[in-house]
Amino acid sequence: MKSRTIKVDYLARVEGEGKLYVKIKDNTVADVRFSVFEPPRFFEALLRGRRFTEAPDITSRICGICPVAYQMSSSQAMESVCGVTVSGPLRDLRRLIYCGEWIESHALHIYMLHAPDFLGYEDAITMAKDHPDVVTQGLKLKKIGNDLMVLLGGREIHPVNPRVGGFYKVPTKEDILRFVEPLEWALEASLETVRFTSTLPFPEFERDYEFVSLRHPDEYPITEGRVVSNKGIDISTDQFLDTFEEIHVPHSTSLQAKVKERDDYLAGPMARYCNNFDRLPEVAQKAAKEAGLSEVCTNPFKSIIVRSVETVFACHEALRIIKAYKAPDKPYVEVPPKAGVGHGCTEAPRGLLYHRYEIDDAGIIKDARIIPPTSQNQKAMEVDLRQFVQKNLDLTDDKLTWQCEQVIRNYDPCISCSCHFLKLDIKRD
Amino acid sequence: MEENSITVVGIGNAYRSDDGIGLYVAKQIESLALNGVRVVEGIGDGFALIDAWADSDHTFVIDCASSGAPPGTTYHFDALCESIPSNLFSGLSTHSISVNEVIELARVLDRLPHGLIVYGIEGKSFSAGIDLTPEVRQGANKIIGRIVEDIDNLTRHKVTGDDNA
Repeated sequence: MKSRTIKVDYLARVEGEGKLYVKIKDNTVADVRFSVFEPPRFFEALLRGRRFTEAPDITSRICGICPVAYQMSSSQAMESVCGVTVSGPLRDLRRLIYCGEWIESHALHIYMLHAPDFLGYEDAITMAKDHPDVVTQGLKLKKIGNDLMVLLGGREIHPVNPRVGGFYKVPTKEDILRFVEPLEWALEASLETVRFTSTLPFPEFERDYEFVSLRHPDEYPITEGRVVSNKGIDISTDQFLDTFEEIHVPHSTSLQAKVKERDDYLAGPMARYCNNFDRLPEVAQKAAKEAGLSEVCTNPFKSIIVRSVETVFACHEALRIIKAYKAPDKPYVEVPPKAGVGHGCTEAPRGLLYHRYEIDDAGIIKDARIIPPTSQNQKAMEVDLRQFVQKNLDLTDDKLTWQCEQVIRNYDPCISCSCHFLKLDIKRD
Repeated sequence: MEENSITVVGIGNAYRSDDGIGLYVAKQIESLALNGVRVVEGIGDGFALIDAWADSDHTFVIDCASSGAPPGTTYHFDALCESIPSNLFSGLSTHSISVNEVIELARVLDRLPHGLIVYGIEGKSFSAGIDLTPEVRQGANKIIGRIVEDIDNLTRHKVTGDDNA
């Protein structure tokens, strides 16, 4: 009996700490494990007993690369408990800061973490020796995203300005108009990014995914919408836990999510793109088509092109909001606490982020539940690995290991986010 | 002396004990209000270091080291002439790149300042809290003296016009 083992004990160019293990016996994949060994952080327990207004600041600490997602999902959940809707310019500003996060996160992943895979470099530093212009463009694009987060959030990592009900302070029209020129450059640069990524060499691999994302009647989804899939899911956010479940697997500190009635699903850029191609602005649709993408992309390696198309969208959307902006009279809407349960669902750069809170009349959090995108994608990553390895058994171990790592990096996983919770089973005899 | 031609960047997390030692050094330098010296603190995104020194002739970066050496051990690197050992400084966060990586990236992209000195101070405790370990603070105080001396030399160098010699 011939057996091969593919092991990567410490995955590079992903956020957080994870490893992968693939066992092949007699030319058949026998075992696949994508393990998160980062320690759990117990955020949900930490939230109990805190005021409902603290949730955006506490949960934003879950992630340094997508803190706005946590602030927006938690704020939205609290506002839904209290029966408050944030609309008009405040809603636009929330979308705008989120665009900043998409731009910086996507640019980081495309240029610094993902592109080196396709071009055969160990990392962005070695890639920069041969492609300095490409890396410089990526850094500049990322900085514009960061700057937008600083404008609206006060700082780029863990912004301090967003709050339940809106913001502590809003920018003047003059402040915000300064971004027109950089964003016009960023739009062109992101179109160039689509062209660049479409020329990369992609392994042949397709999968019949269940794509899960938000869908909004008029917009490409960022901050709100119904939760939908290409296999029939169409629910409001308060039905999230009726449709999806999280399970604990022994080899990971991160829970794995699945569709209750079926199995693994995929959240993130490819899912949003598939479920909402018709909501993209013309400039992004055109760029996608010219890059050879159809309206549905099922090759996960091509997620780098989809991420680039979404960057085009984010720059275009940010410009639209900025040009139409009129400063609101007040930077936030009052949100008086009310006992109840609320749900929040927004689109973090790497996928759907669900929050659920129960608060009492005084606004004290009684219960919290957070399901981050990397937990949702963890099972899909393992299925990708299993199918990819099975189809590529003729590759050498080195090449196969490299491409298995790529399979994980296709997801832009944020491993730290995913392991905020660990189920402990204690057995006593 | 041109305004802001010297930048001092303190790196770290003030709420993780000795990890905040770079910020402590930066704050002490700031309190001296030296002419032409700009102090930057609170960089969370490693790539932002490249922008922090973009408009400066000379930059000093101070960070906490964690290499297993005795607490308070100090390190000095002239980043223009040498690479920073990769095991010395951890990433600014798990989401970002480390000081040595960002310096190597800037070197490749030809975006290093004319002078870049990196100081490290070996930390002892990285648990939650704002207190600095005494021996680590002692190491930091030595570095503050050296930076002030370095700045003084650079400033005199510039004033006497040796630059054009």
